[in-house]
Amino acid sequence: MTAAPFPAALAPVKRISLWRRYLRRPLGVVALAVLGVVVAAALLAPWLAPFDPNLVDFAITHAGPGDGHPLGGDSAGRDILSRLLYGAQTTLFGAVITCVAGLLLGVPAGVVAGYFGGVTDRVCSWISDALQSVPGMIVLLVVAAGTGQSFVVLMVALGVFMAPGYYRITRARALAVRKEPYIDAARVAGVTNPRILRTHMLRAVYAPIVVQTALTAGIAIGMQAGLQFLGIGSASTPSWGEMMNDGFKNMLTYPLILLWPSIALGVTIAALAFIGSTLADLISVRAEQPNRRARARVRQELAAPAPGDLPERVASGTHEHSVEDCALRVENLRVGYATQHGVKEVVRGVSLDAAPGEVLGIVGESGSGKTQTIFTVLDLLPSGGTAVADGIWVCGREVGKLSSGERAALLGRSIGYVPQEPMSNLDPCYTIEHQLVEPLRHVHGLSKAEARSRAREVLVRVGLTDPDRVLASYPHQISGGMAQRVLIAGAVAGRPSLLVADEPTTALDVTVQAEVLELLRELQQEYDMALVIVTHNFGVVADICDRVVVMKDGRIVETGPVERIFRRPEDPYTAELISASLDDTEGRDELDEVWARESAPDRPRSAAHVGGEDDAR
Amino acid sequence: MLSFIAKRLLSGILLLVVVTSGTFFLAYLAVGDPTPGLLGNSATPAQQAALRAKIGYDQPVLVQFWNWLSHAATGDFGTSWRNFQPVADQIALRVPVTLSVVVFATLLSAVLGLVVGVVCGLRPGGVLDRVLKLASVVLFALPGFWVSLVLVMWFAIELRWFPAIGYVSPEQSVGDWLMSITLPSVSLALGAIVMVAEQLRNGFIQVANQDFVRTLRARGLSNRRVTTHVLRNASPAALTVLALMFVGLLGGAIVVEIVFNLPGIGSLTQSASQIGDIPVLLGLTAVTVVFVVIVNFLLDLVLGWVNPKVRER
Repeated sequence: MTAAPFPAALAPVKRISLWRRYLRRPLGVVALAVLGVVVAAALLAPWLAPFDPNLVDFAITHAGPGDGHPLGGDSAGRDILSRLLYGAQTTLFGAVITCVAGLLLGVPAGVVAGYFGGVTDRVCSWISDALQSVPGMIVLLVVAAGTGQSFVVLMVALGVFMAPGYYRITRARALAVRKEPYIDAARVAGVTNPRILRTHMLRAVYAPIVVQTALTAGIAIGMQAGLQFLGIGSASTPSWGEMMNDGFKNMLTYPLILLWPSIALGVTIAALAFIGSTLADLISVRAEQPNRRARARVRQELAAPAPGDLPERVASGTHEHSVEDCALRVENLRVGYATQHGVKEVVRGVSLDAAPGEVLGIVGESGSGKTQTIFTVLDLLPSGGTAVADGIWVCGREVGKLSSGERAALLGRSIGYVPQEPMSNLDPCYTIEHQLVEPLRHVHGLSKAEARSRAREVLVRVGLTDPDRVLASYPHQISGGMAQRVLIAGAVAGRPSLLVADEPTTALDVTVQAEVLELLRELQQEYDMALVIVTHNFGVVADICDRVVVMKDGRIVETGPVERIFRRPEDPYTAELISASLDDTEGRDELDEVWARESAPDRPRSAAHVGGEDDAR
Repeated sequence: MLSFIAKRLLSGILLLVVVTSGTFFLAYLAVGDPTPGLLGNSATPAQQAALRAKIGYDQPVLVQFWNWLSHAATGDFGTSWRNFQPVADQIALRVPVTLSVVVFATLLSAVLGLVVGVVCGLRPGGVLDRVLKLASVVLFALPGFWVSLVLVMWFAIELRWFPAIGYVSPEQSVGDWLMSITLPSVSLALGAIVMVAEQLRNGFIQVANQDFVRTLRARGLSNRRVTTHVLRNASPAALTVLALMFVGLLGGAIVVEIVFNLPGIGSLTQSASQIGDIPVLLGLTAVTVVFVVIVNFLLDLVLGWVNPKVRER
């Protein structure tokens, strides 16, 4: 809810074929064209090559380009161009064998391992890992050992070493797809396993396999050339690796002989690599980071003066206190994100304030802009977000007039932050002690011993009975409720005058929720902090808040003291929200009563009926 | 901790046995009768039979396999079929050269991959990030020996900054030793550097968007300190890739050593492969797998140190 600033899922998905989107990428097109040339050269070699690749003409030994031999002759007096063209044949033939072998081994194993899991998965994965931890080159040289080696067998062996690449990618996709509801649905519907594998799994793994094949082909061509360079392969079959070996031996005297096959090999591999990476780009949905220009455009649009007197462009919400008396004051805040379709405004003119010792609730449903508002106050908007405001004051200082260093210095000292999800907000790699002590030492300048005793003290204050054990623990060793207390301890350890809490109880068990709210209330009174608490739950508001701001679609619809809002909500949306959160409990109670009555022994059957109605509603 | 070490040791031994056994039978299938390759085609059948008896090739394959395995378990890898020198001695002579190059290349990949990965991860979409992306695409696929040929032509022959070929042992001169392994290591490492950097960059960006990073910032921690947290969380994937790269570097070293005329295991592997000297090939396989097992063990230790969750598994 807090992470996604705008609903990416709702963006219209244009179904353009992969092929047509590929053709829009210049680099991809060039790479494909280069590969096309290589393939054409290989296929047409018998017609294009001016000479037999093995024809020896001592007159052109080490000859430079010219005289009917466009690229000259090699050290044995053979035409280099002809050998390059036939070498392309060998290269591509080998690459095809390798890729097919890798595919046939890796993909079925990956699909099966990912789909069935269990022992199959463990065995396949062990084999895959084992293959990856064997230096393939040595085993390939073993396969090539002796004299009777066959090129096809060698390339198949190379394919075996390429299989783990296919295996891993297919298994990961199959695992992901397996968890999709539609697979469950297919199973429930009685579709057999082989059929699910054929129809759903293979479709899901198709695109990554194409990418993997482009990459595999590139690597396979490189390894093949390496083997040929080492002298593996038949002397009568021209190959680029063997040509490079010939050139290498004459590198100092006739560098051109080395140059031509090196260029052919490098360009072919690079083309395959770029084809693979272009395809990978197309099939992976990667959120691009908006650049500086895009951010500037967002800022400009957000700050644009109101056209006419559109009510949309006027600030919403009211201020209760004078600027000097506020722990927090926000004036006409707008937050926007750059999207493909222009600027998406998630906060559209919000004004609010909170005085020291006051508890302000910001209430609204998901996507109402409440979390974005407080992230702006913290100056920690997700990347891509841009905020514009007429003014934001924290503890009487206008944030916009501070340098970025001074602004950062407010964090942890003047503002404390309690996040929503306790477990994901602790660094899994460090002990609780480290995470509490680090800011105390390096932000608040305490000595190590002071910092530790302060951390311990605060942990006790937030109600943890065994602070030493908690300090020594890693986040995964404590419960969610404990983690939230630790986070509250971290937020108040620096004695801030403004505490911002983002749905601090949403992720907790119902029993813990009340305790945490009570704790926040106590701490707020004890340290005389202003507490701004974001929630979608009017129950929380009723428990703890002095004043409420009700937000909808990035604007404030109503601001007022809690009692008044509950008694006489001025905006119909507020009334709706209140009745939604309060009636809910009432409705549940009533339903339970009905359930109890209906499921009494004399009328057992209609109980299910009531449940069905409830679901339908 | 002890059970962890024991488990890793066992799985390492298992890998070693499986791979060497596989290689053994593969080699027998591939080589067939080794004597023509060893003696040349002019040898008489009687000479061939004598050699077969001498190297034990006249016994059933399974007996030969058991002989090899039981001796190898005690560290005895037998003698070469060509010169009847102990395999272990020949390999021991050459391993320092290969290890110099491969370890140096791994260090280069780790250090440069770290620097480039973090710089790109801090500014995704920046100039360096885009350069890294292009470089990683090409360098990942280009074979080390191709790069090494280009580097030799450029730095050793054109510019004459480094010796083109040859190896100087560190006992002779540490400076010359470094000079002699620099170009081979760099040619091997280029691909690994970009792979490690790319992995680290992606992990870095992923971790930087996690909730706890926002919370760390909200506590007022400096950028440098937050970066340390992000880096630690992002490093396991990059370390795993680095360990995989080590395996790749070992294999790549074989060809690169030929280019630079280094007396490492590369030329030994090449010549053993050409004549079908199976004991040498098996010994080489065993030694490289041992290195891989050691590196994977070190990786597990480091991963456990970086992320406490791993330790408890």
